[in-house]
Amino acid sequence: MTGSVAPIPSVPDPKLDQNIMLFVRLLRQIGFRTGPASMIDAVEAVQQTGLANKAYLYHALASSLIKRHEDQPLFDQAFRLFWRNPQFHEKLRALLLPQIRLPGGDADQAEDMARRLSDALGGSPETRPDALEEVTIEFDATATATDTDRILHKDFETMSADELRLAETAIARLAPKLPKRLTRRYRHGQQGKTIDLRAALRDASRRCGLVMPRFRRRIEMSCPLVILCDISGSMEQYSRVMLHFIHRLSAVQPRVHSFLFGTKLTNISRQMRQRDVDLAVGDVAVRVEDWSGGTRISDSLVQFNREWGRRVLGEGAVVLLITDGLDRTRDDGLSAQMERLGKSTSLLIWLNPLLRFDGFVPKSHSIRAMMPHVDRFLPIHSLQSIMDIADSLGGVDNCLDPSIEGWRRAARLAALAPQSAAAYAQEKE
Amino acid sequence: MTKAFQSVQSLQQALAAVGYIASEGLAVSLYLALAKARPLFLEGEAGVGKTEIAKTLAHVLGRDLIRLQCYEGLDINQAAYEWNYARQLLEIQAAGADQTDAHARVNALFSDAFLIERPLLRALRPGAGGAPVLLIDELDRADAAFEAFLLEILSDWQITIPEIGTIAAASPPIVIITSNRTREIHDALKRRCFYHWVDYPSRAVELAILQEKAPVAGAALQAQLVDFVQALRDKQLFKAPGVAETIDWAQALVALNCVALDPQTVDQTMGVLLKYQDDIARIQGSEAAQILAEIQLAATHGDAASA
Repeated sequence: MTGSVAPIPSVPDPKLDQNIMLFVRLLRQIGFRTGPASMIDAVEAVQQTGLANKAYLYHALASSLIKRHEDQPLFDQAFRLFWRNPQFHEKLRALLLPQIRLPGGDADQAEDMARRLSDALGGSPETRPDALEEVTIEFDATATATDTDRILHKDFETMSADELRLAETAIARLAPKLPKRLTRRYRHGQQGKTIDLRAALRDASRRCGLVMPRFRRRIEMSCPLVILCDISGSMEQYSRVMLHFIHRLSAVQPRVHSFLFGTKLTNISRQMRQRDVDLAVGDVAVRVEDWSGGTRISDSLVQFNREWGRRVLGEGAVVLLITDGLDRTRDDGLSAQMERLGKSTSLLIWLNPLLRFDGFVPKSHSIRAMMPHVDRFLPIHSLQSIMDIADSLGGVDNCLDPSIEGWRRAARLAALAPQSAAAYAQEKE
Repeated sequence: MTKAFQSVQSLQQALAAVGYIASEGLAVSLYLALAKARPLFLEGEAGVGKTEIAKTLAHVLGRDLIRLQCYEGLDINQAAYEWNYARQLLEIQAAGADQTDAHARVNALFSDAFLIERPLLRALRPGAGGAPVLLIDELDRADAAFEAFLLEILSDWQITIPEIGTIAAASPPIVIITSNRTREIHDALKRRCFYHWVDYPSRAVELAILQEKAPVAGAALQAQLVDFVQALRDKQLFKAPGVAETIDWAQALVALNCVALDPQTVDQTMGVLLKYQDDIARIQGSEAAQILAEIQLAATHGDAASA
C-alpha cells in the first residue's frame, strides 16, 4: 500500500466473484490469454472501485484483463453481452458445461457479435480430427528421401497433391539461417575490443588489488523478420506452401511478424506461432477472408505502413515480401508505398515465383514500380529455391544475381529520369 | 505530504486542479494502480499525454519524480547502478604498498561509498514525501532483454547486486510505464501492470485541455481548432496529430495574432500539426479548405439549432 489511496475493506461477494470468473472464462474462449492471476486482480479491482457506477466496473475489468490494445473491441463486445443481458448469462452457463453445445447461436444475437466471439460460443469442434488424419498421411510420405530429390526443382504450380505434401514435410525440416546484427549488449570474454572495467575490478578483489584487463564484445542477435505474403488468385498454387515456409521461420525465430494480403491485410503472427503446422494453417484459413481473390498490393502496403510499420519494423527488422507483383489496378501510389517500406527496414527482400522463367523481364507496370525499392530479388517457386533462401538469408551478398541487379539499376534510373526508362525499353526490344 | 484519494472522482479533480484533464478510463486505471500498489502501463500514440501524467501525479502527491528514459542497449549500468571504477582504481593505488588490512580494504571497494545509484535503484529509496514516482518512459525503445530485468523490480520491489546483496524498497514506488508501441512489450511484463490505452481525447476533453493550456486563444478559435484537429484524425493519416500538437498549434496561432482559422493560415502552419511530408501534401490546399468549410457549416448549424 502506498498510502495514497484509502483502502476499502473488502467485502467478499461470492456471486460477483463467480460472475467475474465466468466472464474471464468467456474471454479465454474467445482467445484472450488471461491467467488466474489476472482474474484475482479483476476481482480485487472491482472490490476497490465498487459497483455504484457501471462505467467503473467496465474500466476496472478492462484495466486488469486487457493486455493488448487489439483485444479491446472484442472485450467491449463480450462485456456488453455478458453484463447487460441476463438471459445470455443463463445460456452461457449452460454452454460452459462440457457436454452441451449450442448450435449456431441465436440469430438475433449472432448478428451483433463479433465473428470470433460467435465462433467461441457456437463453433463446432469438427475441424480437429481432419487435421490429425492429415498428419498420418504425411508420416507415410516422409519415408522416402529420394522422392524429395525428385521434386526438388519442380515448380509448386505443377505439383500433385502428394508432391506438395512431400514438399511441405521437407520445409518442416529446414533449418533456416537468419540475418544477424550486432546489438548494443555486451558479453564478457578473454578477447574483445573494449575493456570491461567491472569484471576487471571484481577480479582484482580476488587478486588482492592486482588489476588485470578484462574484455567484452558486442553480442550478435538474429533480426526480427516481417513477412508479407500475397494470397491473391495468381498466387493460389503457392500460398499453402508459403504458409508452411512462414510457419517454419516462425518456429526458429521467435520474433516473426507475418501478414497475408490479397485485397486487405491480415496479421497471422499468432496463428503461425502454434506448434502444429496443420492446426496453424487451418486457423489461418478460418481467419483470412480474401483467399484467391484480387490483388491490391498498393492498398495492402498502405495499410501495413500505417498500422503496422512503426510497430514491427524496429530493431533492424528484415522484410520478406512474397508476391508475383501483378496488380491489375494501375495505382500510382504503389511506388511511394514501396519506397516507404524500403526506407523503414534495414533489408527488403522480394521473393517472386515468376522469376522461375529464364526469360523473365519486368514489364508489368506494378513490378517496375516496386523494383527500385527492393534490396534483393529472389525466385521462390520450387523446393530448391526455398532451400536456397533458407541458406542465404543469413549471409548478405552471396545471392545477388548480376542480371537481376542490372534490372534493378535500370528501374532505379527509370524512377529518377523517365527518358532513360524509354531508352532502356528500346534497348531491350 | 501524503494525500489519500477517497474515490476516482477526487483523483480526477485533484489532477484537473493542476491542469491535467484525465478521461474517466485513465482515472480509474490510475486509481487502481495507486490502490493496489501496482505499476500502470500506458500505451498510446505519441503526444497524447502519457509522460505528462507521471509528472502531474508526482506534483499532486508531492513526491519526487524519477525518470528513466529508455533507449536501445540500456543496461543495468545505466538503469540501476554502477560501480565507481575510477574511484575504485584510485583507492587501490592509494593503498599501494601499505599491506596492513589489505583484505578489508579490498572488501571495502564494494561498499555503498563506491556505488553510483541510477534511476531504478534511486526509486527504491524513500524520497521527500514518501516513495517516489518512477516514470519508465518509452519502454519500447529498450530491447527485450531489459524488460526481463524489470520483472524483478516490478514484482518484488528489489534489486540484486551480486557484490553486496539484495536491496529492497521500504515502501514501493508508484510506477508509470509508457510505450509508443514501436514493438510489442512482452506479456510477462504487462501481466504485472494495469494496462490503459491512452486514446486521442474526445472533443469536450480536448476543448477543456486547450482552455487550460492555451487560454489566450479565444473561445471561438479554440472550438475551431479542436473541430479541425478532430476532423483531421478521421482522415487516415500516417500520423494523426496528438494533443501536444493541438496545444502547439493553438500557441502558434496566438503568436501569429490569428483570431479565426482561414485556409491560408492553416496551410502556412500545417507543419506544427503534421510531421510527415506525405500527410502535409495530402491535407494542404483543397483538403484543408474543405475541412474548414465543413466545420464552419457545422458550427453555424449548431448555433442555429441552439438559438
